[in-house]
Amino acid sequence: MDIIEIINLSKSFDDLVVLDDVSLKVKDGENLVVFGKSGSGKSVLLKCIVGLMEPDSGDILFEGKSILKMNIDELNEVRKHIGFLFQGSALYDSMTVRENLEFPLVRNFNFSEKEREEKVKAVLEKVGLSDAIDKMPAELSGGMKKRIGLARTIITEPELILYDEPTTGLDPITTKEISQLVVELQKDLKVSAIVVTHDLICAQIVADHAVVLKDGKIRYQGEMKQLTEADDPFLKNFFRSEVFETT
Amino acid sequence: MELTKQKTNFLSFSPALTEFFTTVAELSLFSLRFFKEVFVPPYEFGEVKKHMDELGIKTMPIVTVTGFIIGLVLAMQSQPVMERFGAESYLPSMVALSVVRELGPVLTALIFAGRVSSGIGAELGSMRVTEQIDAMEVSAINPYKFLVVTRILACTLILPILTCYVNFLAVIGGWIAIYLSTGTSFELYTNAVFNSLQFSDLIPGFLKTFVFGFIVGAVGAYKGYNASNGTVGVGKASTSSVVTASLLILLVDMVLVKVTVWLWT
Repeated sequence: MDIIEIINLSKSFDDLVVLDDVSLKVKDGENLVVFGKSGSGKSVLLKCIVGLMEPDSGDILFEGKSILKMNIDELNEVRKHIGFLFQGSALYDSMTVRENLEFPLVRNFNFSEKEREEKVKAVLEKVGLSDAIDKMPAELSGGMKKRIGLARTIITEPELILYDEPTTGLDPITTKEISQLVVELQKDLKVSAIVVTHDLICAQIVADHAVVLKDGKIRYQGEMKQLTEADDPFLKNFFRSEVFETT
Repeated sequence: MELTKQKTNFLSFSPALTEFFTTVAELSLFSLRFFKEVFVPPYEFGEVKKHMDELGIKTMPIVTVTGFIIGLVLAMQSQPVMERFGAESYLPSMVALSVVRELGPVLTALIFAGRVSSGIGAELGSMRVTEQIDAMEVSAINPYKFLVVTRILACTLILPILTCYVNFLAVIGGWIAIYLSTGTSFELYTNAVFNSLQFSDLIPGFLKTFVFGFIVGAVGAYKGYNASNGTVGVGKASTSSVVTASLLILLVDMVLVKVTVWLWT
Protein backbone atom coordinates (compact mmCIF):
# COMPACT_ATOMS: atom_id res chain seq x y z
CA MET A 1 0.00 0.00 0.00
CA ASP A 2 1.20 3.56 -0.70
CA ILE A 3 1.61 5.66 2.42
CA ILE A 4 1.97 8.80 0.34
CA GLU A 5 1.14 9.60 -3.25
CA ILE A 6 1.95 12.87 -4.96
CA ILE A 7 -0.07 13.57 -8.08
CA ASN A 8 0.91 16.19 -10.69
CA LEU A 9 2.19 18.64 -8.08
CA SER A 10 3.21 22.10 -9.27
CA LYS A 11 4.52 25.08 -7.31
CA SER A 12 5.89 28.41 -8.48
CA PHE A 13 7.22 31.52 -6.77
CA ASP A 14 6.29 34.41 -9.07
CA ASP A 15 7.87 33.42 -12.42
CA LEU A 16 10.14 30.75 -10.95
CA VAL A 17 8.74 27.25 -11.42
CA VAL A 18 10.02 25.11 -8.54
CA LEU A 19 7.91 21.98 -8.98
CA ASP A 20 6.43 21.17 -12.37
CA ASP A 21 3.91 18.33 -12.57
CA VAL A 22 5.72 16.07 -10.12
CA SER A 23 4.19 12.66 -9.38
CA LEU A 24 5.63 9.97 -7.10
CA LYS A 25 4.62 7.32 -4.59
CA VAL A 26 6.15 5.94 -1.38
CA LYS A 27 5.18 2.46 -0.29
CA ASP A 28 4.81 1.31 3.33
CA GLY A 29 8.23 0.70 4.89
CA GLU A 30 10.11 2.14 1.90
CA ASN A 31 12.89 4.75 1.91
CA LEU A 32 12.71 7.10 -1.06
CA VAL A 33 15.63 9.42 -1.70
CA VAL A 34 14.99 12.65 -3.61
CA PHE A 35 18.10 14.00 -5.31
CA GLY A 36 18.61 17.35 -6.96
CA LYS A 37 20.84 20.39 -7.11
CA SER A 38 20.30 23.22 -4.65
CA GLY A 39 17.13 25.10 -5.58
CA SER A 40 15.66 22.18 -7.50
CA GLY A 41 12.53 22.09 -5.33
CA LYS A 42 13.38 19.20 -2.98
CA SER A 43 12.63 21.03 0.29
CA VAL A 44 9.54 22.68 -1.24
CA LEU A 45 8.23 19.19 -2.01
CA LEU A 46 8.58 18.18 1.67
CA LYS A 47 7.00 21.43 2.88
CA CYS A 48 4.01 20.86 0.59
CA ILE A 49 3.56 17.35 2.04
CA VAL A 50 3.24 18.65 5.63
CA GLY A 51 1.16 21.68 4.68
CA LEU A 52 3.81 24.32 5.36
CA MET A 53 3.40 25.43 1.73
CA GLU A 54 0.41 25.27 -0.51
CA PRO A 55 1.01 23.92 -4.02
CA ASP A 56 -0.46 25.71 -7.04
CA SER A 57 -2.00 22.53 -8.43
CA GLY A 58 -1.98 18.75 -8.04
CA ASP A 59 -2.80 16.61 -5.03
CA ILE A 60 -1.08 14.88 -2.11
CA LEU A 61 -2.66 11.73 -0.69
CA PHE A 62 -1.66 10.42 2.75
CA GLU A 63 -2.95 6.86 3.18
CA GLY A 64 -5.38 7.60 0.33
CA LYS A 65 -6.78 10.86 1.76
CA SER A 66 -6.12 14.24 0.15
CA ILE A 67 -4.11 16.47 2.47
CA LEU A 68 -4.94 19.58 0.46
CA LYS A 69 -8.68 19.21 1.00
CA MET A 70 -8.35 18.89 4.79
CA ASN A 71 -9.19 21.61 7.32
CA ILE A 72 -6.55 22.57 9.91
CA ASP A 73 -7.78 20.05 12.53
CA GLU A 74 -7.72 17.18 10.04
CA LEU A 75 -4.31 18.28 8.79
CA ASN A 76 -2.98 18.34 12.36
CA GLU A 77 -4.25 14.78 12.86
CA VAL A 78 -2.25 13.71 9.79
CA ARG A 79 0.78 15.69 11.01
CA LYS A 80 0.80 13.56 14.18
CA HIS A 81 1.61 10.58 11.91
CA ILE A 82 4.38 12.37 10.02
CA GLY A 83 7.81 13.23 11.41
CA PHE A 84 9.97 15.98 9.94
CA LEU A 85 13.72 16.34 10.44
CA PHE A 86 14.74 19.86 9.44
CA GLN A 87 18.00 20.72 7.73
CA GLY A 88 19.18 22.76 10.72
CA SER A 89 17.52 20.36 13.22
CA ALA A 90 15.22 23.22 14.40
CA LEU A 91 15.61 22.35 18.08
CA TYR A 92 13.80 24.82 20.36
CA ASP A 93 16.80 26.70 21.71
CA SER A 94 15.07 27.98 24.85
CA MET A 95 14.38 24.40 26.01
CA THR A 96 16.62 21.60 27.23
CA VAL A 97 16.92 18.38 25.24
CA ARG A 98 14.39 16.74 27.60
CA GLU A 99 11.89 19.59 27.10
CA ASN A 100 12.41 19.46 23.33
CA LEU A 101 11.58 15.78 23.29
CA GLU A 102 8.64 16.06 25.68
CA PHE A 103 7.14 19.05 23.83
CA PRO A 104 5.01 17.14 21.29
CA LEU A 105 4.16 14.43 23.84
CA VAL A 106 2.76 16.88 26.40
CA ARG A 107 0.59 18.71 23.88
CA ASN A 108 -0.59 15.97 21.53
CA PHE A 109 -0.79 12.81 23.62
CA ASN A 110 -2.06 11.78 27.04
CA PHE A 111 1.06 10.12 28.43
CA SER A 112 1.74 10.19 32.16
CA GLU A 113 4.93 11.86 33.39
CA LYS A 114 6.50 8.44 33.97
CA GLU A 115 5.61 7.26 30.46
CA ARG A 116 7.05 10.45 28.97
CA GLU A 117 10.27 9.98 30.94
CA GLU A 118 10.59 6.40 29.68
CA LYS A 119 9.98 7.47 26.08
CA VAL A 120 12.54 10.27 26.29
CA LYS A 121 15.16 7.91 27.70
CA ALA A 122 14.36 5.24 25.09
CA VAL A 123 14.75 7.56 22.08
CA LEU A 124 17.90 9.13 23.48
CA GLU A 125 19.36 5.64 23.90
CA LYS A 126 18.38 4.84 20.31
CA VAL A 127 20.30 7.86 18.99
CA GLY A 128 23.18 7.23 21.42
CA LEU A 129 22.92 10.47 23.39
CA SER A 130 21.50 9.47 26.79
CA ASP A 131 23.88 11.79 28.63
CA ALA A 132 22.66 14.88 26.73
CA ILE A 133 19.23 14.83 28.36
CA ASP A 134 19.65 18.02 30.41
CA LYS A 135 21.82 19.95 27.94
CA MET A 136 20.70 23.01 26.03
CA PRO A 137 20.84 22.86 22.19
CA ALA A 138 23.61 25.50 22.19
CA GLU A 139 25.84 23.02 24.04
CA LEU A 140 25.52 20.37 21.30
CA SER A 141 27.65 19.83 18.18
CA GLY A 142 26.10 19.76 14.68
CA GLY A 143 25.97 15.94 14.61
CA MET A 144 24.48 15.77 18.11
CA LYS A 145 21.80 18.30 17.12
CA LYS A 146 20.86 16.11 14.15
CA ARG A 147 20.57 13.09 16.43
CA ILE A 148 18.42 14.95 18.96
CA GLY A 149 16.31 16.30 16.09
CA LEU A 150 15.89 12.72 14.93
CA ALA A 151 14.99 11.63 18.47
CA ARG A 152 12.31 14.35 18.62
CA THR A 153 11.00 13.19 15.25
CA ILE A 154 10.66 9.51 16.22
CA ILE A 155 9.39 10.00 19.79
CA THR A 156 5.81 10.30 18.51
CA GLU A 157 6.23 7.05 16.52
CA PRO A 158 5.30 8.47 13.10
CA GLU A 159 4.43 6.30 10.12
CA LEU A 160 6.30 8.51 7.67
CA ILE A 161 9.48 10.53 8.30
CA LEU A 162 10.57 13.37 6.03
CA TYR A 163 14.29 14.12 6.18
CA ASP A 164 15.40 17.49 4.79
CA GLU A 165 19.13 17.22 4.05
CA PRO A 166 19.87 15.09 7.14
CA THR A 167 23.64 15.05 6.59
CA THR A 168 24.38 18.54 5.26
CA GLY A 169 27.34 20.15 6.98
CA LEU A 170 28.49 16.94 8.67
CA ASP A 171 31.82 15.16 8.25
CA PRO A 172 31.84 11.84 6.30
CA ILE A 173 32.00 9.68 9.45
CA THR A 174 29.03 11.43 11.13
CA THR A 175 27.22 11.33 7.76
CA LYS A 176 27.58 7.55 7.71
CA GLU A 177 26.46 7.27 11.35
CA ILE A 178 23.34 9.38 10.76
CA SER A 179 22.54 7.50 7.55
CA GLN A 180 22.89 4.14 9.30
CA LEU A 181 20.64 5.46 12.07
CA VAL A 182 17.99 6.29 9.44
CA VAL A 183 18.16 2.70 8.14
CA GLU A 184 18.02 1.24 11.69
CA LEU A 185 14.95 3.32 12.45
CA GLN A 186 13.30 2.12 9.27
CA LYS A 187 13.91 -1.50 10.31
CA ASP A 188 13.09 -1.10 14.03
CA LEU A 189 10.06 1.17 13.76
CA LYS A 190 8.87 0.02 10.31
CA VAL A 191 8.50 3.61 9.13
CA SER A 192 8.56 4.92 5.59
CA ALA A 193 10.80 7.84 4.72
CA ILE A 194 11.41 10.49 2.10
CA VAL A 195 15.01 11.64 2.30
CA VAL A 196 15.86 14.84 0.48
CA THR A 197 19.59 15.06 -0.06
CA HIS A 198 22.41 15.71 -2.47
CA ASP A 199 24.77 13.56 -0.43
CA LEU A 200 25.66 10.38 -2.30
CA ILE A 201 27.06 8.57 0.78
CA CYS A 202 23.80 9.10 2.63
CA ALA A 203 21.69 8.13 -0.38
CA GLN A 204 23.60 4.90 -1.03
CA ILE A 205 23.10 3.82 2.59
CA VAL A 206 19.42 4.70 3.00
CA ALA A 207 17.77 4.51 -0.43
CA ASP A 208 15.41 1.79 -1.57
CA HIS A 209 14.30 3.94 -4.47
CA ALA A 210 15.45 7.29 -5.79
CA VAL A 211 14.05 10.24 -7.64
CA VAL A 212 16.12 12.96 -9.31
CA LEU A 213 14.62 16.42 -9.72
CA LYS A 214 15.88 18.86 -12.35
CA ASP A 215 14.27 22.23 -13.02
CA GLY A 216 11.21 21.17 -11.06
CA LYS A 217 10.60 18.02 -13.12
CA ILE A 218 11.40 14.40 -12.35
CA ARG A 219 14.44 13.47 -14.44
CA TYR A 220 14.79 9.91 -13.11
CA GLN A 221 12.76 7.58 -10.93
CA GLY A 222 13.81 4.03 -10.03
CA GLU A 223 16.35 1.85 -8.22
CA MET A 224 19.36 3.57 -6.64
CA LYS A 225 21.86 1.18 -8.26
CA GLN A 226 20.49 1.78 -11.76
CA LEU A 227 20.55 5.49 -11.13
CA THR A 228 24.30 5.66 -10.54
CA GLU A 229 24.90 3.58 -13.67
CA ALA A 230 22.50 5.53 -15.91
CA ASP A 231 23.68 6.87 -19.30
CA ASP A 232 21.91 10.22 -18.93
CA PRO A 233 24.63 12.94 -19.23
CA PHE A 234 22.99 15.11 -16.53
CA LEU A 235 22.88 12.19 -14.06
CA LYS A 236 26.47 11.19 -14.87
CA ASN A 237 27.64 14.75 -14.39
CA PHE A 238 25.58 15.18 -11.20
CA PHE A 239 26.90 12.03 -9.55
CA ARG A 240 30.47 12.63 -10.68
CA SER A 241 30.44 16.02 -8.99
CA GLU A 242 28.74 14.58 -5.88
CA VAL A 243 31.38 11.83 -5.59
CA PHE A 244 34.05 14.50 -5.98
CA GLU A 245 32.44 16.64 -3.27
CA THR A 246 32.00 13.82 -0.77
CA THR A 247 35.44 12.21 -1.09
CA MET B 1 -9.88 54.83 -14.67
CA GLU B 2 -8.39 58.23 -13.88
CA LEU B 3 -8.76 57.54 -10.15
CA THR B 4 -6.94 54.21 -10.45
CA LYS B 5 -4.11 55.92 -12.32
CA GLN B 6 -3.85 58.63 -9.69
CA LYS B 7 -3.86 56.03 -6.93
CA THR B 8 -1.09 54.05 -8.62
CA ASN B 9 1.00 57.18 -9.07
CA PHE B 10 0.44 58.26 -5.48
CA LEU B 11 1.43 54.86 -4.10
CA SER B 12 4.41 54.50 -6.40
CA PHE B 13 5.69 57.89 -5.21
CA SER B 14 5.29 56.94 -1.57
CA PRO B 15 6.44 53.35 -1.04
CA ALA B 16 7.02 54.13 2.64
CA LEU B 17 3.38 55.14 3.01
CA THR B 18 2.24 51.99 1.22
CA GLU B 19 4.44 49.89 3.49
CA PHE B 20 3.07 51.69 6.54
CA PHE B 21 -0.56 51.02 5.62
CA THR B 22 0.23 47.41 4.68
CA THR B 23 1.92 46.92 8.06
CA VAL B 24 -1.05 48.46 9.89
CA ALA B 25 -3.50 46.21 8.02
CA GLU B 26 -1.43 43.06 8.58
CA LEU B 27 -0.81 43.96 12.22
CA SER B 28 -4.55 44.47 12.76
CA LEU B 29 -5.34 41.03 11.33
CA PHE B 30 -2.51 39.49 13.34
CA SER B 31 -3.85 41.13 16.53
CA LEU B 32 -7.45 40.13 15.81
CA ARG B 33 -6.32 36.52 15.65
CA PHE B 34 -5.24 36.90 19.29
CA PHE B 35 -8.86 37.46 20.38
CA LYS B 36 -9.93 34.45 18.33
CA GLU B 37 -7.35 32.14 19.89
CA VAL B 38 -6.99 33.37 23.48
CA PHE B 39 -10.27 31.88 24.69
CA VAL B 40 -9.86 28.51 22.95
CA PRO B 41 -8.19 25.65 24.88
CA PRO B 42 -5.52 24.42 25.45
CA TYR B 43 -4.54 27.28 27.79
CA GLU B 44 -0.81 27.80 28.27
CA PHE B 45 -0.96 29.34 31.77
CA GLY B 46 2.53 28.07 32.61
CA GLU B 47 4.02 29.85 29.59
CA VAL B 48 2.15 33.10 30.38
CA LYS B 49 3.45 33.03 33.95
CA LYS B 50 7.00 32.27 32.74
CA HIS B 51 6.93 35.22 30.33
CA MET B 52 5.46 37.54 32.98
CA ASP B 53 8.28 36.60 35.36
CA GLU B 54 10.91 37.13 32.66
CA LEU B 55 9.46 40.43 31.41
CA GLY B 56 8.99 41.77 34.92
CA ILE B 57 12.49 40.89 36.03
CA LYS B 58 14.03 42.13 32.75
CA THR B 59 12.33 45.50 32.95
CA MET B 60 12.41 46.07 36.72
CA PRO B 61 15.87 47.76 37.02
CA ILE B 62 15.32 50.28 34.21
CA VAL B 63 11.78 51.22 35.27
CA THR B 64 12.94 51.61 38.86
CA VAL B 65 15.52 54.19 37.84
CA THR B 66 13.15 55.87 35.38
CA GLY B 67 10.23 56.04 37.82
CA PHE B 68 12.31 57.64 40.53
CA ILE B 69 13.92 60.15 38.16
CA ILE B 70 10.60 61.16 36.53
CA GLY B 71 9.21 62.31 39.88
CA LEU B 72 12.45 63.89 41.01
CA VAL B 73 13.02 65.87 37.80
CA LEU B 74 9.38 66.84 37.43
CA ALA B 75 9.34 68.34 40.94
CA MET B 76 12.73 70.06 40.48
CA GLN B 77 11.71 71.57 37.11
CA SER B 78 8.24 72.64 38.24
CA GLN B 79 9.16 74.18 41.57
CA PRO B 80 10.56 77.52 40.27
CA VAL B 81 7.59 77.90 37.89
CA MET B 82 5.04 77.14 40.61
CA GLU B 83 6.83 79.56 42.92
CA ARG B 84 6.56 82.28 40.28
CA PHE B 85 2.78 81.88 40.25
CA GLY B 86 2.57 81.52 44.03
CA ALA B 87 1.32 77.97 43.69
CA GLU B 88 4.16 76.14 45.42
CA SER B 89 1.76 74.38 47.76
CA TYR B 90 0.18 72.66 44.76
CA LEU B 91 3.49 71.04 43.80
CA PRO B 92 2.73 67.59 45.38
CA SER B 93 -0.66 67.50 43.64
CA MET B 94 0.87 68.55 40.33
CA VAL B 95 3.55 65.82 40.55
CA ALA B 96 1.02 63.13 41.51
CA LEU B 97 -1.55 64.08 38.86
CA SER B 98 1.02 64.38 36.06
CA VAL B 99 2.58 61.05 36.93
CA VAL B 100 -0.61 59.06 37.48
CA ARG B 101 -2.58 60.46 34.55
CA GLU B 102 0.06 60.62 31.84
CA LEU B 103 3.78 60.43 32.49
CA GLY B 104 3.81 57.15 34.42
CA PRO B 105 1.76 55.09 31.93
CA VAL B 106 3.31 56.54 28.76
CA LEU B 107 6.95 56.59 29.83
CA THR B 108 6.72 53.08 31.34
CA ALA B 109 5.11 51.84 28.11
CA LEU B 110 7.85 53.44 25.98
CA ILE B 111 10.60 51.94 28.11
CA PHE B 112 8.79 48.60 28.13
CA ALA B 113 8.53 48.78 24.32
CA GLY B 114 12.25 49.43 24.00
CA ARG B 115 13.18 46.61 26.34
CA VAL B 116 10.54 43.98 25.57
CA SER B 117 9.19 44.51 22.05
CA SER B 118 12.67 44.27 20.54
CA GLY B 119 13.36 41.14 22.62
CA ILE B 120 10.18 39.44 21.45
CA GLY B 121 10.88 40.50 17.84
CA ALA B 122 14.42 39.09 17.98
CA GLU B 123 13.42 35.87 19.75
CA LEU B 124 10.53 34.99 17.46
CA GLY B 125 12.45 36.23 14.41
CA SER B 126 15.30 33.91 15.28
CA MET B 127 12.84 31.03 15.77
CA ARG B 128 11.30 31.79 12.37
CA VAL B 129 14.57 31.84 10.40
CA THR B 130 15.88 28.69 12.10
CA GLU B 131 12.62 26.86 11.26
CA GLN B 132 11.67 26.34 14.93
CA ILE B 133 8.21 27.80 14.25
CA ASP B 134 7.81 25.46 11.27
CA ALA B 135 8.91 22.56 13.48
CA MET B 136 6.15 23.42 15.94
CA GLU B 137 3.59 23.62 13.16
CA VAL B 138 4.51 20.22 11.68
CA SER B 139 4.29 18.72 15.19
CA ALA B 140 0.57 19.65 15.08
CA ILE B 141 1.10 22.39 17.68
CA ASN B 142 -0.33 25.84 16.99
CA PRO B 143 2.75 28.12 17.13
CA TYR B 144 0.62 31.28 17.21
CA LYS B 145 -1.09 30.10 20.36
CA PHE B 146 2.07 28.87 22.07
CA LEU B 147 4.41 31.70 21.09
CA VAL B 148 2.28 34.74 20.29
CA VAL B 149 -0.82 34.52 22.50
CA THR B 150 1.26 33.79 25.61
CA ARG B 151 3.61 36.72 25.00
CA ILE B 152 0.89 39.25 24.20
CA LEU B 153 -1.07 38.18 27.26
CA ALA B 154 2.02 38.41 29.48
CA CYS B 155 2.80 41.94 28.20
CA THR B 156 -0.82 43.04 28.64
CA LEU B 157 -0.90 41.83 32.25
CA ILE B 158 2.57 42.86 33.41
CA LEU B 159 2.63 46.47 32.12
CA PRO B 160 -0.15 47.72 34.46
CA ILE B 161 1.74 46.24 37.43
CA LEU B 162 4.98 47.89 36.32
CA THR B 163 3.17 51.20 35.82
CA CYS B 164 1.77 51.15 39.38
CA TYR B 165 5.30 50.52 40.62
CA VAL B 166 6.68 53.40 38.49
CA ASN B 167 3.92 55.76 39.67
CA PHE B 168 4.75 54.93 43.30
CA LEU B 169 8.49 55.54 42.76
CA ALA B 170 7.85 58.79 40.87
CA VAL B 171 5.72 60.14 43.71
CA ILE B 172 8.50 59.22 46.16
CA GLY B 173 11.06 60.87 43.86
CA GLY B 174 8.92 64.01 43.80
CA TRP B 175 8.84 64.12 47.58
CA ILE B 176 12.63 63.81 47.82
CA ALA B 177 13.09 66.79 45.47
CA ILE B 178 10.57 68.90 47.41
CA TYR B 179 11.97 67.82 50.80
CA LEU B 180 15.50 68.78 49.76
CA SER B 181 14.46 72.28 48.70
CA THR B 182 11.67 73.12 51.14
CA GLY B 183 11.93 70.55 53.92
CA THR B 184 8.30 69.41 53.45
CA SER B 185 7.58 66.35 55.61
CA PHE B 186 6.57 63.04 54.06
CA GLU B 187 3.25 63.10 55.95
CA LEU B 188 2.33 66.55 54.61
CA TYR B 189 3.38 65.57 51.12
CA THR B 190 1.36 62.33 51.07
CA ASN B 191 -1.68 64.14 52.52
CA ALA B 192 -1.51 66.65 49.69
CA VAL B 193 -1.05 63.88 47.13
CA PHE B 194 -4.00 61.77 48.34
CA ASN B 195 -6.28 64.79 48.75
CA SER B 196 -5.72 65.77 45.14
CA LEU B 197 -6.00 62.31 43.56
CA GLN B 198 -9.46 61.09 42.64
CA PHE B 199 -10.77 57.83 41.32
CA SER B 200 -11.21 59.46 37.89
CA ASP B 201 -7.49 60.29 37.85
CA LEU B 202 -6.31 56.77 38.65
CA ILE B 203 -8.54 54.62 36.46
CA PRO B 204 -7.94 56.10 32.96
CA GLY B 205 -4.15 55.98 33.38
CA PHE B 206 -4.32 52.44 34.73
CA LEU B 207 -6.68 51.15 32.02
CA LYS B 208 -4.66 52.46 29.13
CA THR B 209 -1.61 50.50 30.26
CA PHE B 210 -3.46 47.31 29.30
CA VAL B 211 -3.77 48.71 25.76
CA PHE B 212 -0.11 49.76 25.70
CA GLY B 213 0.96 46.32 26.96
CA PHE B 214 -1.07 44.69 24.22
CA ILE B 215 0.54 46.95 21.59
CA VAL B 216 4.06 46.11 22.79
CA GLY B 217 3.40 42.35 22.75
CA ALA B 218 1.49 42.34 19.47
CA VAL B 219 4.00 44.47 17.54
CA GLY B 220 7.03 42.50 18.79
CA ALA B 221 5.34 39.19 18.05
CA TYR B 222 4.10 40.34 14.62
CA LYS B 223 7.53 41.55 13.52
CA GLY B 224 9.32 38.44 14.79
CA TYR B 225 6.71 35.93 13.60
CA ASN B 226 6.92 37.31 10.05
CA ALA B 227 10.69 37.77 9.94
CA SER B 228 12.59 36.54 6.89
CA ASN B 229 16.01 36.84 5.23
CA GLY B 230 18.12 35.21 7.96
CA THR B 231 19.97 37.18 10.61
CA VAL B 232 19.44 40.47 8.74
CA GLY B 233 15.70 39.87 9.03
CA VAL B 234 16.02 39.17 12.76
CA GLY B 235 17.85 42.46 13.33
CA LYS B 236 15.27 44.32 11.27
CA ALA B 237 12.42 42.69 13.18
CA SER B 238 13.99 43.70 16.48
CA THR B 239 14.62 47.33 15.52
CA SER B 240 11.34 47.94 13.71
CA SER B 241 9.43 46.41 16.67
CA VAL B 242 10.64 49.22 18.94
CA VAL B 243 9.98 51.97 16.39
CA THR B 244 6.48 50.74 15.49
CA ALA B 245 5.46 49.97 19.07
CA SER B 246 6.66 53.37 20.37
CA LEU B 247 4.91 55.24 17.56
CA LEU B 248 1.68 53.30 18.09
CA ILE B 249 1.78 53.91 21.86
CA LEU B 250 1.99 57.67 21.29
CA LEU B 251 -0.73 57.68 18.61
CA VAL B 252 -3.08 55.49 20.65
CA ASP B 253 -2.39 57.59 23.75
CA MET B 254 -3.57 60.67 21.89
CA VAL B 255 -6.89 58.96 21.14
CA LEU B 256 -7.21 57.43 24.61
CA VAL B 257 -6.60 60.77 26.36
CA LYS B 258 -9.52 62.24 24.46
CA VAL B 259 -11.71 59.21 25.21
CA THR B 260 -10.84 59.08 28.91
CA VAL B 261 -11.31 62.83 29.38
CA TRP B 262 -14.73 62.51 27.76
CA LEU B 263 -15.65 59.45 29.87
CA TRP B 264 -14.31 60.54 33.25
CA THR B 265 -14.84 64.26 33.37
